[in-house]
Amino acid sequence: MKPRKMGEGLVRHGSLEIQRIERRLFLRQGLSLGALALLAGCKITDDESVQSTLKSMSRWNDGVQAWLFDPKRLAPEFPASAITQPFPFNAYYGEDEIREIDPKDYSLELGGLIRERKAWTLPELYALPQASQITRHVCVEGWSAIGKWSGVPFRTFLERVGADMSAKYVGFKCADDYYTSIDMASALHPQTLLALRFGDQILPPKYGFPMKLRIPTKLGFKNPKHIRAIFVTNTYPGGYWEDQGYNWFSGS
Amino acid sequence: MNADSTMARWVKVHPAIVRITHWINAVAILVMVASGWRIYNASPLFDFRLPAELTLGGWLGGALQWHFAAMWVLFLNGLVYLAYGFASGRFRRRLLPITVHGILADVSAALRGKLAHDDLTVYNTAQRAAYVAIIVALIVLVVSGLAIWKPVQFHWLTALMGDYEGARLVHFLAMAAVVFIALVHIVMVILVPRTFPSMITGRIRGPA
Repeated sequence: MKPRKMGEGLVRHGSLEIQRIERRLFLRQGLSLGALALLAGCKITDDESVQSTLKSMSRWNDGVQAWLFDPKRLAPEFPASAITQPFPFNAYYGEDEIREIDPKDYSLELGGLIRERKAWTLPELYALPQASQITRHVCVEGWSAIGKWSGVPFRTFLERVGADMSAKYVGFKCADDYYTSIDMASALHPQTLLALRFGDQILPPKYGFPMKLRIPTKLGFKNPKHIRAIFVTNTYPGGYWEDQGYNWFSGS
Repeated sequence: MNADSTMARWVKVHPAIVRITHWINAVAILVMVASGWRIYNASPLFDFRLPAELTLGGWLGGALQWHFAAMWVLFLNGLVYLAYGFASGRFRRRLLPITVHGILADVSAALRGKLAHDDLTVYNTAQRAAYVAIIVALIVLVVSGLAIWKPVQFHWLTALMGDYEGARLVHFLAMAAVVFIALVHIVMVILVPRTFPSMITGRIRGPA
């Protein structure tokens, strides 16, 4: 019995010593592992295979979101008292670079899979049936703001010009050199508007005069301002931010 | 002489599925938090920014790509872990019971440096509470993330958290809880390093 007790003592003593060494080693290894992870973190995003994996995951998320999208599900609407004052300005450029567009020169060009491709003047657009909504604009950056927009339901417009509604994409080209595109199902959603008014006034330049797309089922950057051309296509048109890595579908 | 018989019994404490999901979860949380901090910095909810050196993605678009890729890993891995934990009875066996008295006793013992951990095959009450808390916080994190991502498709869920801005707050607080518990967890592993190999080998030296 005695040797065993001695052995136990040795083990206990030894294990304390080992514990101390283990702890020190663990700390040191943990620190170098952390440093390695940080170093790798800087490089990992630049790696080509990582880039292509992230890109294909983003494509996969486009598919998931198209599947999740319910064409009848409406974005919540708010009372006038909930409107954010002042409504924030946002673009890929600063407020001092807002484009001024002369309403007399303006015409909306149509292209692609559309039957009647004649251009539209502003008075013609104002004469179309209008709808209004008070909805939340959610920015990809995380902030949100509630605003009121009025304009032509996009579905009404697409029907009137004879757009091919079985096509995949609707693309937008803007007077501020911005461009983007959306899926046909979202384009036909009842709350998707060609907005001509903000609040109860003609859309001011900073919110996209003379016309912007208001689409409350998508993030803010999918709401192009100063639209000068609309086209329907089956070829993926991308977008200003989408081409740089923002998720294309970006549905809410 | 057989080392096992002189020192102590080796006891299997973590089945392979727990060890695998633990490490996948650890990596997923690291990626989600690092990319999430970059997203937070694009439009801070509070009056502070998070340290950019600790973020992942390089810019908002890159961070979002990481976040929306790793979310699937976190979510699917979490489902496997939860399904196993409930179905096998591991949660009931290892994480219960939790009593307020037990937590207070363990925490005060820990602060006095007297928390016993002779038998690492059994979680103490503070440990059980922390593990349950991080599981709950992660579920809240995923659900509030869904509410932020899809405030129209799941507007009832977003409304439950006080609309979009409320869901953002819940998402941030759940992240803070997860990061805090994870840091305490890492500190505890450093203080009792014998526990570390057990999450790799699955075995631990039981009471002699």
